[in-house]
Formats: sequence, C-alpha cells, structure tokens
Amino acid sequence: MTVDRDRDRDHDLEGQIAEWRAYMHRRRELHHTDAEELEDHLRSRISELTEGGLRDDEAFLIAVKRMGSLDELSREFAREHSERLWKQLVLPAEPDAPTAARSRRELPVMVLCAAVAALAIKVPGWFGLDLSGEDDAGFYARNISLFALPALAAYFAWQRRVGLRVIAVLASLFVLGAVAANVYPLADDSQSIVLAAIHLPIALWLVVGVAYVGGDWRSDRRRMDFIRFTGEWLIYFALLGLGGGVLTVFTAGTFKAIGLDAGEFIGSWLLPCGAMAAVIVSAWLVEAKQSVIENMAPVLTRVFTPLFAATLLAFLVAVIWTNNGIDVERDVLILFDLLLVIVLGLLLYAISARDLTARPGLFDRLQLALVVSALIIDVLVLVAITGRITEWGFSPNKTAALGENLILLTNLAWSAWLFLGFIRGRMPFASLERWQTRYLTVYAVWAWAVVLAFPLVFDFA
Amino acid sequence: MHITKDLVAASATPLVLGILADGESYGYAILKQVNDLSGGQLEWTDGLLYPLLHRLERLGHVESAWDTPPGGRRRKYYRITDQGRVELAEQRRQWATVVDALRGIWSTTQSIRPIAAPAWEAGR
Repeated sequence: MTVDRDRDRDHDLEGQIAEWRAYMHRRRELHHTDAEELEDHLRSRISELTEGGLRDDEAFLIAVKRMGSLDELSREFAREHSERLWKQLVLPAEPDAPTAARSRRELPVMVLCAAVAALAIKVPGWFGLDLSGEDDAGFYARNISLFALPALAAYFAWQRRVGLRVIAVLASLFVLGAVAANVYPLADDSQSIVLAAIHLPIALWLVVGVAYVGGDWRSDRRRMDFIRFTGEWLIYFALLGLGGGVLTVFTAGTFKAIGLDAGEFIGSWLLPCGAMAAVIVSAWLVEAKQSVIENMAPVLTRVFTPLFAATLLAFLVAVIWTNNGIDVERDVLILFDLLLVIVLGLLLYAISARDLTARPGLFDRLQLALVVSALIIDVLVLVAITGRITEWGFSPNKTAALGENLILLTNLAWSAWLFLGFIRGRMPFASLERWQTRYLTVYAVWAWAVVLAFPLVFDFA
Repeated sequence: MHITKDLVAASATPLVLGILADGESYGYAILKQVNDLSGGQLEWTDGLLYPLLHRLERLGHVESAWDTPPGGRRRKYYRITDQGRVELAEQRRQWATVVDALRGIWSTTQSIRPIAAPAWEAGR
C-alpha cells in the first residue's frame, strides 16, 4: 500500500520534472546541455528538501521557485551566449547529447561517403574512358547518377540502420539502373540516351528516398520528409555549387598568375570530384541543420508563389486579349513541362511547411489560382499539340515529354480539386498531402519505364 | 539581513573561483558551500549561478567536463584553470583593499551601528 503510494508520488514528481524540462527546451537561449545542468541542480535541491521532511510536490515547488524566474534566467543565458540567438551554421554544437557516440562518427562516415563518390567518377578513367574527351561523353552522361547516389544511399542506410532486406532492395535497384544504362546498344547521338541520362537520376533519386525513409516507404509522413529533404538538398547543392564556382575561378586565376595552367586539374579533378562530393555534403548539411536553420524551400515558395501566379495570369490574359495561338514548336512541350514542374514544386513546398490544422487563408487561394492558371495554360498547349502529333509521329523524346505532361497535369488537376475542397472547408488539408506523397510512386514508375522500356519500344532510336 | 544585489553580484566571482580553487565541483555543491560559508546569509537565485559559471568558462578561468560519478547522475563538473588562479589572486588583492578601507571607516565612525534596517531597505 505505502509502496504503491510512493511509486505514485515518484511518478508525479517525474511528470512534473518532465514538464519543467519541456518548458526549458522551448527557450532558444537555453541549450539542451544547459537544461540538463539545471535539471541536475533541480533534482539535487528536491532531494535535499525531501530529506528535510517535505513532500515531493512541495519540494518541487520550492526548488523551482529558488531556481529563479525563467525569464530572468533566459535573459542571463542570452547575455552570456548571445551567439545562440544567431542560428549556428557550423557543426551540431551539442556533443553532449545522448547519441554523442554515433553523431561523432557521423562526420567521418559522411566524409568517407563523399570521398567514395568523388573517387567513383575517376574509376572509369583508369579503364581508358576519358572524362573530358568527346568520345566517352555518352558514357558519363548515362552513368552520372551512378557515381554519387549509391554512396548517398549507403550513407542513409548506415545512418538509419536499415535492415538487410532494404539493403538488398537498394543494391538490386542500383544494379538494375547500372545495367539499364549500359547494356542497351544506344548510339551516342540517339534520343534514348539523352532520355536515360535525364530519367535515371530521377529513378535513382527515388531509390535514395527508400534509404532516406529507412525502408519505411509506405509511411506518408516519411515520404513527406523526403520531399522536404529534396527541396532543401537542391538549395544546399546550389549554394555549394556557387561556392565551388568561386573556388574554381580563384584556382584558375592564381595559378595563371604564376604561369601555370590549372585548366587540366580543374576539368578532370576539381569539378567532377567536387560535384560528386557536394551531393553527399549537401545531404549531410540538410540533415545536420534540419532543426537549426530555417528551412529555405518554404520561404522561397512564399516569395515566388504570388509572382508566378501573377505571371501566369498575365500570360492567360495576354493569350485571350491578343487571340494569339500558342506557337507549337518542338521545344515548347519541354518548356511547359518545366513550368508544370515549377508549379508543382511551389505547391509541394507550400504543403511541406504548412501547419496541417491551420484554416485556409489568402495564401492558399493564391496557390489555387497559380495551380488553376497553370492547368488552363497546359490544356491550351496540349490542345494545340494534339493536332500536330500525327504530323510528327511518336519519337522517344516527344513521347516522354507528352507522358510527363500528362502525369503532371493529372497530379495538378486532382491537387486543384482537393485544394478547392480544402478552401471550401470540405476536405482536410492532410488529404492533399497524402495525394502528393502517394504520387511519388507514379514518378518512380514512369522514370524506370523510360529508362528500361523506352529503348526497347523505340528500337534504340 | 538582506544583502543587496550589487554586492552579491560583485562577490560572486571571487567566491566561485575560491571554492573551485579547493578542488573541482558542480553547480549545486558550489551553491551549498556559498550558503554554508556565509552562514545562510548570502542567498543566490539558484539558476543564475550557471550563466556565471559559463561566463567564467568563456573567459578561461574555469574549464568544465561532463562526468557520471558511480551511482550518481551525469553532471557537469567545473575546475579552475591556472589563469583562474591568477584572476583569483587579483580579486583577492582588490577585495583586501576594499575591506581594509571599510575597516578604516568602521573604526573611525563609531556612530554607525547595524541595528535596524533603514525604512527604504525594509521593503526590498
């Protein structure tokens, strides 16, 4: 009986301390380790007071009171650690976290994976395939994704501690990709080789996604995480690319000043190895900085959604006003595919950062306007094109471009429908999120179909 | 007796450094020791000790390490550095001067007696 009551009281106390801890964690000025240090203090004080005869809850109250007001405490910590108010960009600054051992190994493993990726692109060179030569450009174009992405998948497989079954799936998909890229007898100037060079990276990126979600690819939430990751990764990759560009310019310039030509080194080492390593480093940065800096993709989305919506609406008005038909040239389909990709990207990253329970607002209406105008424009393009498709016949390029257009159109049309339902308050926002995460499968199937089936269907054209 | 905030703040650094000069310690133990040394008169707000410790660490007067004593909780222990000892000696000289000067005052002006707190102090 008394034992039970004691246990209850212990339970109460732990609950109270946990609540207090959660309260501390909400303060940006207080790091995890500070909270831990203060908690140790709180517990010491409580045990002293209870030994003196106080009840747990009384001791807790007094201990918290003596700790001082949280505002005052935060102010003092902020004064001492003003750098914390600037979000830190370098390394995870909390080596004392419980998972310290593993996160200490994180950096070496990341560096290892990046080194593997950087060296992988040099390996074909040892077998006489010249990276900078014209002759082997086709080989490198087909295989570009096979240098860095396996290393990236391996990094995530290690980090997420995936099971053997998932590793087997990952490995066999990469092997399948490698076989598909290299077995078909495609001429270097064929359309299929260009399509493979574009679609294999997409297919393999989604394979990386399997590693990213730790094999849990059925979970919508995890897929959404992967979508978020993809956007942030692109941004980091672009930033690293900018930095790499500056590095390249300085390397070339400084060596030129002393009469040495660094062009050879830059072309065959700095650029290819740097780009491959950057794939891994960006991924690691996204993961390491997940909670530390603001996610950039949603911010950019906020800025560009209204601008794109305005542009598309203006374009629609111009089409109606001038009564000009869209000039359907060969490249126009690709252009409108890219437009749909951008609109879809804006939609995805708006979704990824949205509070699922928030009520629809002005931004959502803007988003809907953007999607609907993109849809109308695309339908106009499709109508204009179908008239001429018989004239052209079905080449691999046109089939791929048309297929992608239809896939994106379907996605956006249904998204618009769900969005409308949400704005009228008939549909929860989560259904839109679920639709987008489920649709990832369609992209995967399509990308693999282009890589695997198109060369066969179009007789290696 | 209530010791004013300014005085508490001014004496905090030499007290903490002095306690750590005797050997490494952690926040709660330091606070207990301050309490014992002052006979319970010197009361700090518990939490504010930590920003002070962090400041001393940043200045290089102390260094810290997390450690788990056998059968205890994980704790952050602080240790004084050589630079901290130099700082402590310097503080000690300064305080000795202040105390000497005050002692001179107390002996010449006999009229000051700490009998009752002045009215403007009582409400604090």
